[in-house]
Amino acid sequence: MADDDEIILSELSDDELVLQMHDDLYDGLREEIEEGVNLLISRGWAPYDALTKALVAGMTIVGADFRDGILFVPEVLLAANAMKGGMAILKPLLIATGAPRMGKMVIGTVKGDIHDIGKNLVGMMMEGAGFEVRDLGINNSVEKYLAALEEEKPDILGMSALLTTTMPYMKVVIDTMKEKGMRDDYIVLVGGAPLNEEFSKAIGADAYCRDAAVAVETAKAYVARKHNRPNV
Amino acid sequence: MTNLPDDTTLTEAGLAPDHKGRILLIACGALAHEVLAVVKANGWTHMDLQCLPAKLHLYPDKITDEVARVVAESRAAYQSMFVLYADCGTGGQLQEKCKKLGVEMLEGPHCYSFFEGNAQFATHLDTEFTAFYLTDFLVRQFDAFVWKPMGLDRHPQLRDMYFGNYTKLVYQAQTDDPTLDAKAEDCARRLGLEYERRFTGYGDLATALEQVARA
Repeated sequence: MADDDEIILSELSDDELVLQMHDDLYDGLREEIEEGVNLLISRGWAPYDALTKALVAGMTIVGADFRDGILFVPEVLLAANAMKGGMAILKPLLIATGAPRMGKMVIGTVKGDIHDIGKNLVGMMMEGAGFEVRDLGINNSVEKYLAALEEEKPDILGMSALLTTTMPYMKVVIDTMKEKGMRDDYIVLVGGAPLNEEFSKAIGADAYCRDAAVAVETAKAYVARKHNRPNV
Repeated sequence: MTNLPDDTTLTEAGLAPDHKGRILLIACGALAHEVLAVVKANGWTHMDLQCLPAKLHLYPDKITDEVARVVAESRAAYQSMFVLYADCGTGGQLQEKCKKLGVEMLEGPHCYSFFEGNAQFATHLDTEFTAFYLTDFLVRQFDAFVWKPMGLDRHPQLRDMYFGNYTKLVYQAQTDDPTLDAKAEDCARRLGLEYERRFTGYGDLATALEQVARA
């Protein structure tokens, strides 16, 4: 039997449901998020609206509280896991309905590094923001990055590293791109705990992104700039 | 040098100096036992030890400023100072700051590297990057440093999100202690990883301290 104060999602109005989904994302409740997404779709919501107004808006709150030191990594991971559940339902629907596309990104953790939590968060938030994301996973060699760039022709290359010992590999990738005359064909964004703005500049990346929300905003700004670039 | 407080104090508050000796060692609280063991074994009475809270490792961006603060506060009271931190996730910022302040620091990326010996550790960087390392201190403080900060006490389902890409736990033993060995093996079990014990002793930490003592 349900508790007296248990919230029945199906009994909420659309506005109440979206706010409740923000709360459920914050609390990392995957099943509730999946139920909420299914409810919105069954009520005739466009998948893109469900994604942006319920999931992305909710994760934006999570991201802001993480940045402000109110939430910590475990809570963000639980929220991300809940969002993943919702995304799994929405992804095929977004493809079928031709949701707006912001651009394309190839992303991966560099060679010798197996840490993917930040990279996975960035990938998910980029997808939420309308980017198509090809995730190369962990331990990527320069050859693997370049092959993916050739294959996918993305707007953005994203590289992630958690270790001081592995972050210099980003420069190896960028230098190889320069040698092959392809560096300027891509926006290169880098991130990871030991990185900073200075390092990003030193290795020749376009920008350092300190968290997933910054990555999305930076990607949007650079893609807009790229598309507005006059033809030479 | 003073007697050591317990590991929880070293984690949370660090260790205040005795204000004796002409060389100040500014160390991570996680190294206090090992530094004192080397200092006592050699009878170096001209060294004083101050430890910053070991928990700074949970926020590596704070390490550089904290070390700089201690250097500034203590400069007048000592003939020289030495920083017993490796890069420790500061992305080169600690090294840069120490250079500016004119103080030397340990070489290497982290304690796992200098305990094993930086040269030796570098030989298996390409083949052992799926290993999760623990030292004596970290085995003793596993719950405070790993299990709880990662939320695994409250959300055990997150374990594989954190450790799914790791294959083994390597316990780098600074001392021969069967109790720690058993605890480290249990840590590996809790993380779902294979277990390996590797005796390192004090590695490059001892070598660096010898050089500081002679200076």
